[in-house]
Amino acid sequence: MLAWTIYISFIGAALLMLLPANKPGLSRGGALLAALAGLCVAIAGVLQYHGSPAAGGLADIINIPWINALHVHYHLAVDGVSAVLVLLTGIAAVAGILFSWNIEKRTNEFFALYMALIGGVYGVFLSFDLFLLFVFYEIAIVPKYFLIAIWGSTRREYGAMKLALYSFVGSAMVMLGLIAAYVVSKSSSFDLVTLSQYPFPPSFQNWAFLLVFIGFAILAGLWPFHTWAPTGHVAAPTAASMLLAGVVMKLGAYGALRVAMILFPAGLHTWQTPIAILAVIGIIYGAMVALVQRDFKFVIGYSSVSHMGFVLLGFMTLTTVGLSGAVLQMFSHGIVAGLLFAVVGRMVYDRTHTRDLNELQPMNLNKVIPFAATTFVIAGAASMGLPGFSGFVAEFQIVKGAWQAFPIFALLTGVGILIGVAYTLRVLIKAFYSDDKNPQPLAHPLPPITLPEKIGAVLLLTCTFVIGIYPRLLIDLIVPTLNSPLFAPLVKGGVS
Amino acid sequence: MNFVNLHSEWLRLLTPELIVVITALVALLADTVCLRQQCDCIRIKAGSIIVSLGCLIAVAWLSLYPANVHLQMLSITPTVAFIKQVVLGLAIFTALVTTRFTKHIGEYFALLLLAVVGLMLLVSSKNLLLIFVSLELLSVSLYAMAAFEKTSLASSEASLKYFLFGAMAAAFTLFGMSLIYGITGTLDLGDMTAKFKDQSIEPVFYVALVMTLVGFAFKLAAAPFHLWAPDAYQGAPTPVAAFIASGSKVGSFFVIARILFEGFGGRTGSAAWGNFLPGWMPFIAVLAVLSMIVGNVAALLQTNVRRLLAYSAVAHAGYALLALFGKNQAATTSALLYYVITYAITVLGAFTVISVVEQGNKHHSDLSNFAGLSHRAPVLSICMGIFMLSLAGIPPLSGFFGKFYVFTTTIGGSENLRLLWLVVVAICASAVSFYYYLQVLKQIFVNQAPEQSAPIEASPVTQAAIVVLAILVVLLGCLPNLLLGQLESATVTPVF
Amino acid sequence: MNTLPLLTILTLIPLAGGLLLCCLGGEQKNLARKLGLFFSFVALALAAFLLCQFNPAGGIQFKEQANWVPGLGIQYHLGVDGLGILMVILTAVVIPFAMLGSWKIDRNPKLYFALMLFLQSGLFGTFTALNFFHWFIFWELSLIPAFFLIKIWGGQNRTSAAYQFFVYTMVGSIAMLVSFLALNAATGTFDFATLAQKAQDKTLSTEVFAKLHFFKTPETLMTALFIGVLLGFAVKVPLFPFHTWLPSAYTEAPTGTSMVLTGIMSKMGVYGFLRILLPIFPDQTRALLTPLLWLAVATIVFGAAAAFAQKDLKRMVAYSSINHLGYCLLGIFAISQATTGTGINAAVEKASALNGVMLQMFNHGLTASTLFFFVGLIEQRSGGLRGLDDFGGLRKPAPVFCGLMGITIFASLGLPGLNGFVGEFLIFKGVFSLATAAAIVSTLGLLITAIFLLTMIQRVFCGPLKHNWTQWQDLTIAERLTAAPLVIAMFLIGIFPQLVLGIINPTVVEMVKLLNN
Repeated sequence: MLAWTIYISFIGAALLMLLPANKPGLSRGGALLAALAGLCVAIAGVLQYHGSPAAGGLADIINIPWINALHVHYHLAVDGVSAVLVLLTGIAAVAGILFSWNIEKRTNEFFALYMALIGGVYGVFLSFDLFLLFVFYEIAIVPKYFLIAIWGSTRREYGAMKLALYSFVGSAMVMLGLIAAYVVSKSSSFDLVTLSQYPFPPSFQNWAFLLVFIGFAILAGLWPFHTWAPTGHVAAPTAASMLLAGVVMKLGAYGALRVAMILFPAGLHTWQTPIAILAVIGIIYGAMVALVQRDFKFVIGYSSVSHMGFVLLGFMTLTTVGLSGAVLQMFSHGIVAGLLFAVVGRMVYDRTHTRDLNELQPMNLNKVIPFAATTFVIAGAASMGLPGFSGFVAEFQIVKGAWQAFPIFALLTGVGILIGVAYTLRVLIKAFYSDDKNPQPLAHPLPPITLPEKIGAVLLLTCTFVIGIYPRLLIDLIVPTLNSPLFAPLVKGGVS
Repeated sequence: MNFVNLHSEWLRLLTPELIVVITALVALLADTVCLRQQCDCIRIKAGSIIVSLGCLIAVAWLSLYPANVHLQMLSITPTVAFIKQVVLGLAIFTALVTTRFTKHIGEYFALLLLAVVGLMLLVSSKNLLLIFVSLELLSVSLYAMAAFEKTSLASSEASLKYFLFGAMAAAFTLFGMSLIYGITGTLDLGDMTAKFKDQSIEPVFYVALVMTLVGFAFKLAAAPFHLWAPDAYQGAPTPVAAFIASGSKVGSFFVIARILFEGFGGRTGSAAWGNFLPGWMPFIAVLAVLSMIVGNVAALLQTNVRRLLAYSAVAHAGYALLALFGKNQAATTSALLYYVITYAITVLGAFTVISVVEQGNKHHSDLSNFAGLSHRAPVLSICMGIFMLSLAGIPPLSGFFGKFYVFTTTIGGSENLRLLWLVVVAICASAVSFYYYLQVLKQIFVNQAPEQSAPIEASPVTQAAIVVLAILVVLLGCLPNLLLGQLESATVTPVF
Repeated sequence: MNTLPLLTILTLIPLAGGLLLCCLGGEQKNLARKLGLFFSFVALALAAFLLCQFNPAGGIQFKEQANWVPGLGIQYHLGVDGLGILMVILTAVVIPFAMLGSWKIDRNPKLYFALMLFLQSGLFGTFTALNFFHWFIFWELSLIPAFFLIKIWGGQNRTSAAYQFFVYTMVGSIAMLVSFLALNAATGTFDFATLAQKAQDKTLSTEVFAKLHFFKTPETLMTALFIGVLLGFAVKVPLFPFHTWLPSAYTEAPTGTSMVLTGIMSKMGVYGFLRILLPIFPDQTRALLTPLLWLAVATIVFGAAAAFAQKDLKRMVAYSSINHLGYCLLGIFAISQATTGTGINAAVEKASALNGVMLQMFNHGLTASTLFFFVGLIEQRSGGLRGLDDFGGLRKPAPVFCGLMGITIFASLGLPGLNGFVGEFLIFKGVFSLATAAAIVSTLGLLITAIFLLTMIQRVFCGPLKHNWTQWQDLTIAERLTAAPLVIAMFLIGIFPQLVLGIINPTVVEMVKLLNN
């Protein structure tokens, strides 16, 4: 059933292209319908998986031969990690559409591209054949380019091109690694499970792992390959930034976990510590740079780099708790980043037409748009890792895993969390609660927060709060999967 | 076998060519005798109908009477028959999308069909002399067709450059062939292999090899023999350029594969990294690498779409040549042919779109003319988008699978992944190419149309042709088995 | 025992109240205030009920336990013993008074009172939690309402004060979190009792060191973790030199918020020392005893000296808070030392000191918040002035004001017969035998406190009346009714300390027994 998330998205995209361009209401409604349908299917499918006997392991959805010459199968399946990310995609998709309600220019094309992107993302999370996974991964690149280049803001064409090229280079690296793996395994199959059991020679694994991991991790924002992220996020329109930071960066992390780490465990152990170092650098560097930004959106963009550093560190701890924290952080950050970008982009920038913190300071926005201020307070608290929200549970699992694998990094992560508190607070005060001595009344009153924005914000806030209070909802999906045979070589071999 | 029988055998085997020749004469006569008084549109329509009918009959004949015969100079296998059908199909499309650029319509169609005959003979022959003769038939027809637009200086220049280069290359080839005859004493490809195996390695062989291949490298527009391509593609009338880019490439690639595998099979050599052995493989490797690098780097700087396609053709020749490094004939042929056939379809479609946008004026094929095309001609834009993305190698289009399949074949072609370096170069070049294809797409979809943009008119036939080609590109990309199946069933029997 | 989850209900009542308040319209200011007060009274009633049901010798009562995320060792585990119920009562009492002290707030009172209620909920949660995970949730969550209370309704420099307050506390919290995660990574549990038991059995350090290969010896590793947790509490109390956030925060905060900050939130730190730090890290505390003791002494003396040097009344009270809490810390560090074989009846002395510490927590909560209340009244009536030298002779136009504030000041001073004396006396009695030198130096603090508090009375109430204050309004009926219960309590506890000591003594004896091992 979960495969329908993919099909609904692509069919929705095609239908949206056929809608007339001068009726934006139709496009919005259609897109929302498609996204909601996808979300419902996703929830139903995950519940079905959870209740099925295959729960905790891999549950096949469809597996038919596709391209005989390369032994490629059209193989879709789901396990706990995929399920969590599919849910994230569904929620983020709906929220993104709600926050794009005010797009007037070429609406049908916008939503068509948006749904195509969502379809590609669903596809990546559900594919268990490497060729198929790669196909969906690359399909997601082109809609991103157009979404940013056409509807974006600051330096959009440059940002879009940079993002597209970085993604393409990353996937080129992955393609090389995949083909090499296929050939070395005597051209047997592209199936993930089959290849994961093939004993690749360690010398091969050492470079193949690095190639594939870095190829995916570029999209995940691994330092120092993260430079596309701040530019890209700032250039993108709100819904695209929400998706970019919320879901697309997770594509990279998911690929790194699902493909690189599972196929090449020996290579993983060789490169475990260097990559962990890079992850920690990313956490602290991202946070420190966020602390000094003048542009509101850049702060959030760099904070995404910092949060993804947590995910990658969690991966490298190679403990069940660290990996579980990493997957949960993917979900949590997806929601929280979506919220933050929604506030910055849709609620603030679309109204004030500035993102410069110095210009926002005299506006005393907490009195003008209190809903935005409150949403940002809660989203900021979640982003900081304040307990009661999903980010805390995720970060605390990652730190716990780090204690078991790299104790010094656990301490450094604490420092990173602290800097996170500082920059979030700084931006919260400057943008909303500045109580400036020389308030400048706005030239014209700002439009009030619309209903779609409120619904979207409440949706995302509820998710992060519910998971923060009752994380079992997701942990019960993730942990059994991490104990399944597919992940066994990862967790066993690590320090535990 | 006596004289009559032999020749009746020949005639039977060459019936498709005969049909095409007769069609050419019919088209010429019809136009000269009956239609001189009519306006150009009717003459073109009539001509294209005659051409299409004739080619269709030939295609049908090829399907109805499969043959697998090896005569003295001819070798007709199912693969050869399939390629002939493809070439005929491309010719039909070329004829259907012919625009009004000359008064000599009958002559034009006749020359087109003569070029087709040349191609068909080219792929059927296994005797070096016959290969040369058919190559010349093809080339001379194309030289003449390139000059057909008498009112355009660029057309004459293009044709002259094409002719001079081509004649020079043909001279080299002839000389090389004579050297080969001198070494082996035979012109038959089948006998040559055995003779080469007996001989000890002599420098003169390599001279012969290189010189023979020069002519074909010229035809393929492989660097450094590509200098004619940009001017020819830019100056020649659009349908001619389209046919040069598509049809002649298909045939030439097949012939080069045949010569190398069948003729020089004993002197393969090796291009494996760190293990270079003299033979034709290192030479092809050099050609391929040069083509990929020169083609992509030069394309980055282009502002004219036709020249951009020319340089991209150079690059794609390089990618296709990589298929020659496969482990065995079957793998090589199916990868090579899949790539070249889908490339031909794509490029034919792209040129047709260009001809529509140009509206008959050659100077309108600059990039800036495509600005905002998505508003002026939405269907055409989507098709052009499909063609460009397929050339860039984005799934699920055929260009992606073609590249993927070729790369897999190349890497699988040696032990220990020694040919990986070739694929690394190819992938880097691919990443570079993504940039300039995106530039075209950016113009079409992102930029605004200028105020006084002329409306785009295209005849329904042309539009239908473009859409059919685009659908083919997508279909063959999503379900490559359709084409691969045909190729494989054709290669069950020995390829050549 | 009841099967109703009383403690959860207690925590949720103010939360529900706060949410309800948020739904009100902005114009219904009076309704908002009354509703807020109503909810805090409901919480007070429930707390009083719990107190009646509480059996001092019964150990941990009103227990609630449920699985939350078993895979991570997280349980929903609530319960109160003597210390816990004392803090719950303190919270339930101070918050309504803080609300009454904030009655005049005109700007968005609905949000103000809602934030107060959220804060109360967070405080209840902190004092009733027995598992680190949700203890930490409430510890951190209580920061947000406090931050906004300072930020929105505070004085001139409120932004930097709020910022400093938040960041400082977070630094400590994160250090504490990281240390606890290490403990959890090694032992798999977050339960305070379980961890304390392991520490008692001396198995904790070996277990942690075995799992985490970090530092060279178990002792160094545990000391590092100890410092992390210490930091978290040291910032909150505060312990010198981590106190620099406090004067600005207390001064810039509006009156009601200062009452809560000094009355309850500083006690969170002391509570943390008693509930978490001492039971889980007894050996480490013992090892670092001397520096810690002298830091406590520094807190006492420095706090008093700095208060003496102030010219702003509110800042004086803020620094004097630091001073008074220093006594608690002195007592805590003193009782942690090893006393076998020193010839003193350690159990008795330690029990005395610990009783004093808890009593001081409660008393200071009452007196300090009342003191801030009065300073707030002064500030209101003077139109924003609160300098020491701005006033004089207020005794004449406002005798009741002077009387009640005077009693509060004397209670803060430690005059016998008032509540402050008993706590300080017990602490000094215990510490004198356990850490004589420290006790002697700390009496300096008593002296300086006396000096500046008497100076306050003299400058503000006695002396010539300045002409602009001749119309100084005495306490209104509402204000008298607000202050009266607190002042009466000060007398009551001063004369019958058994009221409080009866509740806490069994718990104290238990704790001392554990420490004496």
